[in-house]
Amino acid sequence: MITSLTSILEPVLSSTAMLAPDAHGHAAHTEIGSGPSWILLIVGLPLLASIISGLAAALGVKSKQPAWTTVIACFIAFLFTVSMYISYDGTPYTVKAFDWIQVHTDSHGSLIANFSFYIDTLSIYWMLFVTGLATLIALYASEYMSHDVGLGYCRFFAAFGLFVFSMACLVMGDNFLMLYLGWEGVGLCSYLLIGYFYKKPEAVAAAKKAFIVNRIGDLGLALGVYLTFVHFGTLEYAKLFSDPKLLSYVEYASVGNFSAIPATAQWIPLLLMVGAFGKSAQFPLYVWLPDAMEGPTPVSALIHAATMVTAGVYLIARTYPLFIASEHALPIVAWIGTITALLAATIGMAQFDIKRIMAYSTVSQLGYMFAGLGVLTPTGGVYHVLTHAFFKALLFLCCGAVMHGFAGQLDLRKLSGLRQVKGWGIVTIGMLVGCINLAGVPFTAGYFSKDTILAEAFVTPGYELLGWILIFTAGLTAYYTFRVFFRVFMGPVEYHPGDEAHDHDHDNDAHGEQHHHDAGQNGDHHSDHFHPHAPGWAINTVLATLTIASLAASGLYIVGGSSDKHTKHYAETMVMSSTAAFSSPYSEHAFHAAHDSHDDDAHAPDDHGSDHAAPAAGVGPRGTIEHAQTVPLFGGDPHKMMYYISGVVGVIGIALAWFLHLFGRTEAATCKMDPIARLFGPIPKWAEHKWYVDEIYWAVIVTPLRIFSHVLHWFDKLVIDGIVNLFGILPRVGAWIVRPSQSGVLQGYAVSMAGGVAILLLVVFVLIAQGGLS
Amino acid sequence: MNHMIDLITPLQLAFPEAVGNATLAHYLFVSAAMFVMGLVGFMTRRNMIVMFLCTELMFQGAGLALIAFGRHHLGADGQTFVIFVLCVAAAEAAMALALVVLLFRHRETLSSQAWKELNG
Repeated sequence: MITSLTSILEPVLSSTAMLAPDAHGHAAHTEIGSGPSWILLIVGLPLLASIISGLAAALGVKSKQPAWTTVIACFIAFLFTVSMYISYDGTPYTVKAFDWIQVHTDSHGSLIANFSFYIDTLSIYWMLFVTGLATLIALYASEYMSHDVGLGYCRFFAAFGLFVFSMACLVMGDNFLMLYLGWEGVGLCSYLLIGYFYKKPEAVAAAKKAFIVNRIGDLGLALGVYLTFVHFGTLEYAKLFSDPKLLSYVEYASVGNFSAIPATAQWIPLLLMVGAFGKSAQFPLYVWLPDAMEGPTPVSALIHAATMVTAGVYLIARTYPLFIASEHALPIVAWIGTITALLAATIGMAQFDIKRIMAYSTVSQLGYMFAGLGVLTPTGGVYHVLTHAFFKALLFLCCGAVMHGFAGQLDLRKLSGLRQVKGWGIVTIGMLVGCINLAGVPFTAGYFSKDTILAEAFVTPGYELLGWILIFTAGLTAYYTFRVFFRVFMGPVEYHPGDEAHDHDHDNDAHGEQHHHDAGQNGDHHSDHFHPHAPGWAINTVLATLTIASLAASGLYIVGGSSDKHTKHYAETMVMSSTAAFSSPYSEHAFHAAHDSHDDDAHAPDDHGSDHAAPAAGVGPRGTIEHAQTVPLFGGDPHKMMYYISGVVGVIGIALAWFLHLFGRTEAATCKMDPIARLFGPIPKWAEHKWYVDEIYWAVIVTPLRIFSHVLHWFDKLVIDGIVNLFGILPRVGAWIVRPSQSGVLQGYAVSMAGGVAILLLVVFVLIAQGGLS
Repeated sequence: MNHMIDLITPLQLAFPEAVGNATLAHYLFVSAAMFVMGLVGFMTRRNMIVMFLCTELMFQGAGLALIAFGRHHLGADGQTFVIFVLCVAAAEAAMALALVVLLFRHRETLSSQAWKELNG
């Protein structure tokens, strides 16, 4: 298929041939080439689909036309992305749509931010799964949203198309302002789609929460972008990452000489990361993501699991040289990621709503990606983005199929044994594949990508504790993932439909609370009158495709050859020829120390070798290289040992989940875990209530802010409005005083007038008599 | 200004005594008397038509003063103004009488006391 595609695009591809590979790579003086203009279609088609869907809403279309428009637009965009990937010859290039912002100043140089796109392996990598998953999820949504055909359907797909457009701007934009445009665009679409069920107060509250929490992060991003311009005088990636100043900073940083780097430059990543934490739901700002599950499930899968929430990872990967050039940025990223991973995993363990469990696992896995970026392996972080995108989208879509089929039921205590229900085979298989990936079962994609991060945590000095926390979290992940699978899909068949409005309450005796029209009879294990609505062809096709893709994603690692450092796997190839390129000197050293075969060609020269000097100098950004040798993991190369450790941890987690949640379970609501949970006292309850983080935020931030707002409100109302009203009241008081003089007797007025004139005349006469008016 | 004198001379020839002896003060006295009569009438009477007539009397008193001054200064300005005032007064009279009719229809009386409730 790919060959046929290239033959179709032959004339197009040949047009790229004129972009001769530049011998100097990304040297400072290199002028960046421009690419073929059909690349603009990748961005334009989803926008077109969005506009068409919006028009369909205006015209009152009552068919599935918006869905097909979106699916086709996304699919063609995906095909173009694939052809962009195939035709990419190793040299980054830009494609300009039009001049956007061009401000020329005397003091700070020119602010140039064109509406143009920067194509390198990192943006291609991201766009491949963004457009691919968008196509699949739009197809899935065409069936999932079918109960809403009409205005809501059009609204959904209009926002969906706009999201893909914004994401493309974010990922492919060639400057920080394009990134910012896309960043805000995806935030807007996220808001619109979380609040899709706008008649539901929870959904509206969740949409507002997501928007407001993201504003906090975006402030950091905006300031970071501003500081970048102030310090480097450009916002364009091509110019920024070939800036001699930045290259020299990276050189200093690679030998740990951070004092030579100006503080301004070191502050840039600290600000940028705040934006990344907001968008990617990291520790202080993660609270919006679980609530965002109020949106329709395809939205949760695409925006809140696979693509938008990885924008933070993209930002850090894209600006990785800036992060390297800061002493504290990457350690903070690593630790925030780790804390998030652990915290979200513990919350996820205690939830009963399967979609919320998936939401917390997303937060947790995003934490892994940040930890990966923080421990000097952008490859690991970025690879985990890809594998996570596939299996988490798959898991969400499976949960969505369950929700769709069981009238909104998401409580794992009310569903059991779906494996045996007719028509749910593909969902079960999809769920299993997603779960083994998330749990890190050996030889799955999730296992390889997580291991890369874990191993680097032990290789890079100072992160052993972090590594152990992440391994522990991996065990928790395996446990809570398979808790869902064993509870919902295995065991005895039992299901209770939810109420159609998917209003999930966590009441224990919710049997009596079912509002479904035919769930009146309680106590029977199969609600006889409720027939689960098995997924149709669109959902099944998408689930099958994603299942295969999730399985195949591990091939990306295996095929490339993992143990040999000199042959790179797919994600590594993509990362290492982009601006995110960074190969940790510690990793190199650990590899050579383990293999004892680095006589010649000791340091694999990288295309963007920012670390050429590092291994030779014997020091790296985080201390001396020799330190790496002192932390062998169980006497071996961490890269090797981690395969065994994380495999064992994963299997232990799964075994625990099997024993506690499946073994000997006879009904949906209870399992062996219940008495064990009681042993922990109130802790599981605390975890179920999300460690009361929302309540703490409410008490510490929201309530004081509200009180302060009320104070200001009353100040405004009393003082400011009072002054304004005073000027209105004064004339009225004056009028009230003189009003009685208007007696209503006409002669009275005449007498006053005549009297007034008389007095006036008298005054004039007196003045004349005194000679005053000469 | 000479042709103005030519116009006025026949009047002096026709009534040599009466006009000839009248000074500015005479005219002003008559004018003031008319004005005061109008004013007093306006202040004391209740009938709206009579009050209206009183205002007319005040108008004419003022007009007479204008003409007298104009004659005194041997100019035509005073007379010109009075022509204007008369025109305006005529229009105003039409309005005023129409108003009086309307007011009468509301209260079936011409007394201005009937509208006392239009107070402040």
